[in-house]
Amino acid sequence: MTTTSDTLLEIENLQVHFPVRRGFLIQRAAGTVKAVDGVSLAVGRGEVVGLVGESGCGKSTLARTIVQLIRATAGTVRLDGRDIAGVRGRDLRDLRTQVQMIFQDPYASLNPRMTVFDTLAEPLLVHGRATRAEVGAQVAALMERVGLAARLARKYPHEFSGGQRQRIAIARALALRPRLIVADEPVSALDVSIQAQILNLLAALVREMGLTMLFIAHDLSVVKHISDRIAVMYLGKIVEVGAAADVIERPQHPYTRALISAIPTPDPVRERTRQRIVLPGDPPSPLDPPAGCAFHPRCRWAVEACRAGVPALAPQADGRQVACVRAAEID
Amino acid sequence: MPLLTVTDLRTHFHTRDGVVRAVDGVSFSVEKGETLGIVGESGSGKSVTCTSLLGLIPQPPGRIASGTAMFDGVDLLRCAPRVARSIRGRRIAMIFQDPMTSLNPYLRISDQLIEPLLIHEKTSRRAALARAVSTLDEVGIQDAARRVHFFPHEFSGGMRQRVMIAMALITRPELLIADEPTTALDVTVQAQILELIRRLQRERGMAVIFITHDLGVVAGLCDRVQVMYAGRIVESASTVDVFARPQHPYTRALQRSIPALQPKGRELFAIQGMPPDLSRPLAGCPFAARCSEAVEACRAVAPSLTEVAPAHHSACLRVQKGELVA
Repeated sequence: MTTTSDTLLEIENLQVHFPVRRGFLIQRAAGTVKAVDGVSLAVGRGEVVGLVGESGCGKSTLARTIVQLIRATAGTVRLDGRDIAGVRGRDLRDLRTQVQMIFQDPYASLNPRMTVFDTLAEPLLVHGRATRAEVGAQVAALMERVGLAARLARKYPHEFSGGQRQRIAIARALALRPRLIVADEPVSALDVSIQAQILNLLAALVREMGLTMLFIAHDLSVVKHISDRIAVMYLGKIVEVGAAADVIERPQHPYTRALISAIPTPDPVRERTRQRIVLPGDPPSPLDPPAGCAFHPRCRWAVEACRAGVPALAPQADGRQVACVRAAEID
Repeated sequence: MPLLTVTDLRTHFHTRDGVVRAVDGVSFSVEKGETLGIVGESGSGKSVTCTSLLGLIPQPPGRIASGTAMFDGVDLLRCAPRVARSIRGRRIAMIFQDPMTSLNPYLRISDQLIEPLLIHEKTSRRAALARAVSTLDEVGIQDAARRVHFFPHEFSGGMRQRVMIAMALITRPELLIADEPTTALDVTVQAQILELIRRLQRERGMAVIFITHDLGVVAGLCDRVQVMYAGRIVESASTVDVFARPQHPYTRALQRSIPALQPKGRELFAIQGMPPDLSRPLAGCPFAARCSEAVEACRAVAPSLTEVAPAHHSACLRVQKGELVA
């Protein structure tokens, strides 16, 4: 996707590197972990983009860099055309009203010493969105919006179940009416029946409030249900991005194929007969990534060219982008 | 004769808030070489059922209020500690969800792997070590002879779970209890571990009890499934029957709420409300409050697990009366 007036978030060649030091008294640099290594991604207004990858692929680092919890090493993050990478002070506070985050663990992301009321009232008061007199009504409205009874406002997080806590975290993210929500595995810590409730809530909020969302998950079936487009990450890079149905039903990158094949289907007849792609080995260490395509040591289609150069994310005939030199050949 | 027969198991926890009936009258059996799946959400009692069998429930606050668990003529819940020890870890082994917290970070893998052999089989250290290397090899750890001396932190999550499996299998148990062994792992690693369990089960013909909340995992792995809710078994049948003809509203609701089965864009089916508080006495069916099919009788009478079709058991009054048809 190119930059148009319809693009809300635009990430260009983003790099986030962490130095690794060894030694106890005398520390010396032992290398660099390239957690995010040249990611470009655009999210349109009102669009939901699902970002999928396994642990250590850099998806959470990417999320935190977008909301400026982590500083980028290089590259730009533009919100509405304005570069927000590395903003400070007043600009950063202003950014908080436009971009909000929902975290994975609702047990860790809520302050245990603050009541629901305090948690939700704080952003409204800090940013001058409500006076002390009005704040009660606004908090009540927020709670109703996410499906919590307003009479629970004086309770503490420990008095709620996991699903209810995630509703509180969603309400907190919505309090300032941000334009972009970055949701980092918002349902991964919840039970299946509760997951469905939270996914429905998020989908309804996106629809009704015209939100734009970057939805991060390791579970493709969850992402598929809520996303317009899906981006797949492997070892700090996006390897495939395209319309959700295309990526799920006709994956092109060998890693996406393996990822989709690994999802167990709740159908005993099909599950016993289908061909599974079981990947050999583990993802490589980001401290010492393989030369060329990072996926080639585990890829059954790898050829000499895969070892030689890092494949770029190239546009395909159907509009999606795939970072595989053999994307057009393999089937 | 089944390998393991559990009858009317009740495990209660005595807490300040009252008695929590974590497992409340569970009966089932496992045949030799069979894979039984136990499915349920957090708090449904699926893990407590299995830890009760192995005597891993801390007492107090836990208490096994009633029940028997016959394994090869021995009641696991009542036998002398010495007898229990000779079965546990040798003939019945267990693997847990989180391989990081279930391995001792201070000990080399080699010491942890051969411990069951030194205790149960009185083998020499050298022979035990050789078995450890060959078992690691069998679970797919390359370069096992060198890596057997590694510490747990030198392995990735998937490799640690392989080590856990090797440790459980080294005494060649007849029954393996796997408590959510892939929940903490990534999908591609999960696929590797499931493939491994499937292969080992086939090669060794051991029975497996596989505890999970993921219906997808059950579909590919298990011969038979039982669904637990609020400390009770609500449905039990062959895997194919449970998926094709579920006979309990909870099982149906659980299936419908899996995102994978739903067309995109449609509202996901969600079970309203939350599981009941197990420290309060429950009149009637534990699922009645969330069940769209519940009638007055469901809130009054606690249904028992009854055969509703050949080898298909359900604990739903309305299914038993023939009012709800799959």
